[in-house]
Amino acid sequence: MHISEGVLSPAILIGGAVVTMAGVAIGLKKVDNENIPKMGILSAAFFVASLVHVPVGPSSVHLILNGLLGLILGWKAFPAILVALALQALLFQFGGITTLGVNTMNMALPAVICYYLFGWGVKSGIKQRVFITAAFASGFCAVLVSSILVGFSLYLTGEAFLPAAKLIVAAHLPVMIIEGIVTAACILFLKKVRPELLEEINV
Amino acid sequence: MIKEISGSDSIIYCLDPRVKIIIAILFSVMVAVSDRFLVLISALILNLFIIITARVPIKEVFKRLIPVNTLLIFLWLFLPFTFAGEDLFSIGSLTGTREGVLFAFRITIKSNAIMLMLIALAASTPIFTIGHAMHQLGMPEKLVHLFFFTYRYLHVIHKEYIRLVNSMKIRGFKPKTDLHTYKSYAHLIGMLLVRGFDRGQRVHNAMICRGFSGKFYSLSNFSISRADVIALILMAGFILMLVILEWTQTT
Repeated sequence: MHISEGVLSPAILIGGAVVTMAGVAIGLKKVDNENIPKMGILSAAFFVASLVHVPVGPSSVHLILNGLLGLILGWKAFPAILVALALQALLFQFGGITTLGVNTMNMALPAVICYYLFGWGVKSGIKQRVFITAAFASGFCAVLVSSILVGFSLYLTGEAFLPAAKLIVAAHLPVMIIEGIVTAACILFLKKVRPELLEEINV
Repeated sequence: MIKEISGSDSIIYCLDPRVKIIIAILFSVMVAVSDRFLVLISALILNLFIIITARVPIKEVFKRLIPVNTLLIFLWLFLPFTFAGEDLFSIGSLTGTREGVLFAFRITIKSNAIMLMLIALAASTPIFTIGHAMHQLGMPEKLVHLFFFTYRYLHVIHKEYIRLVNSMKIRGFKPKTDLHTYKSYAHLIGMLLVRGFDRGQRVHNAMICRGFSGKFYSLSNFSISRADVIALILMAGFILMLVILEWTQTT
């Protein structure tokens, strides 16, 4: 869901950069020097996870997993996503310098929103059904909000983008469902295998 | 596999990374905000020149421009028809406008120009050097550390991922559109996170044992040479020229 370079208007680019800077500042405040190696490796794991393509009918989509990231990292999702996108830009040229702010905002803000909306649901001692629903909702909503933000960034640049913006949201509907399922299954797996991963980092 | 580009024996490779980063940022911002075709096309030509000087293999450049341009094709399918303006052509009941085509064309040039600059930067500067240079340019230390660790473990985790995928294949896993597939992938990612987390713990302990004090030291000291000053002045002059061109044409 990257917006490529040269599309957006300067105002949107600046707005995105400002929001991202604020988010990264808040996120970094919550990071101990102690936790940086761990966080770096988790960001790397998410980077790799976003290269995973899962089949949908005849075609395939790649996972985004910002909902999962939000549940595990909270505000720290901002620096993690910024670093991952910067590396994607440097290594694969997906996105560039001027769109880094907007693209980070579009992915990380939904992650933080989902953390506040559904984070309480994925703690230990919560009923299984609620747990799964919260995890699914987090994966689903993160992509939904992301696609809406992408659509808005385009629409605010020019009204001519409106059909494209609508199409982006619509095209991501199957992705939302898949992300919901994958996030729920993944969080459930982590709860069984390594429950402290859900408890420890997101303080 | 995750691969970097290299163009390691060029003049640009020898420039101070801080200078390169500043130039790349200024240039990208300039291109992103300009609208005149004259400005954009001269920026693009300048960039081609830089790419040639950076000695990036041409095949590699084209390969790396593919993802950007696939996204652009998507915009070309839309913009000519949704942009209000003078009619230029029509397909069935759809009419494309002159303004829409120009708009799409402008975006295409902008995108490619900014990407070429990024390719030149990435090809001529190792990632770790970029990290150190960003730190010297005032990026928060924590963010730089995070950048280093993420980059360092990208390859490790990616190898782990390939290993897990292979072991799934050996056990007869075929991806389909069903719940089983999605669950298997979810568990695969869960496993990556768990192993990453454990490895992070071990790495951290090992670093503490070796006296890690929260600082990274760069072996190469950056210093501004005459070539850097010349490059900076040349590029700043060129960017300023573009700014003036853009500004005087619009008023």
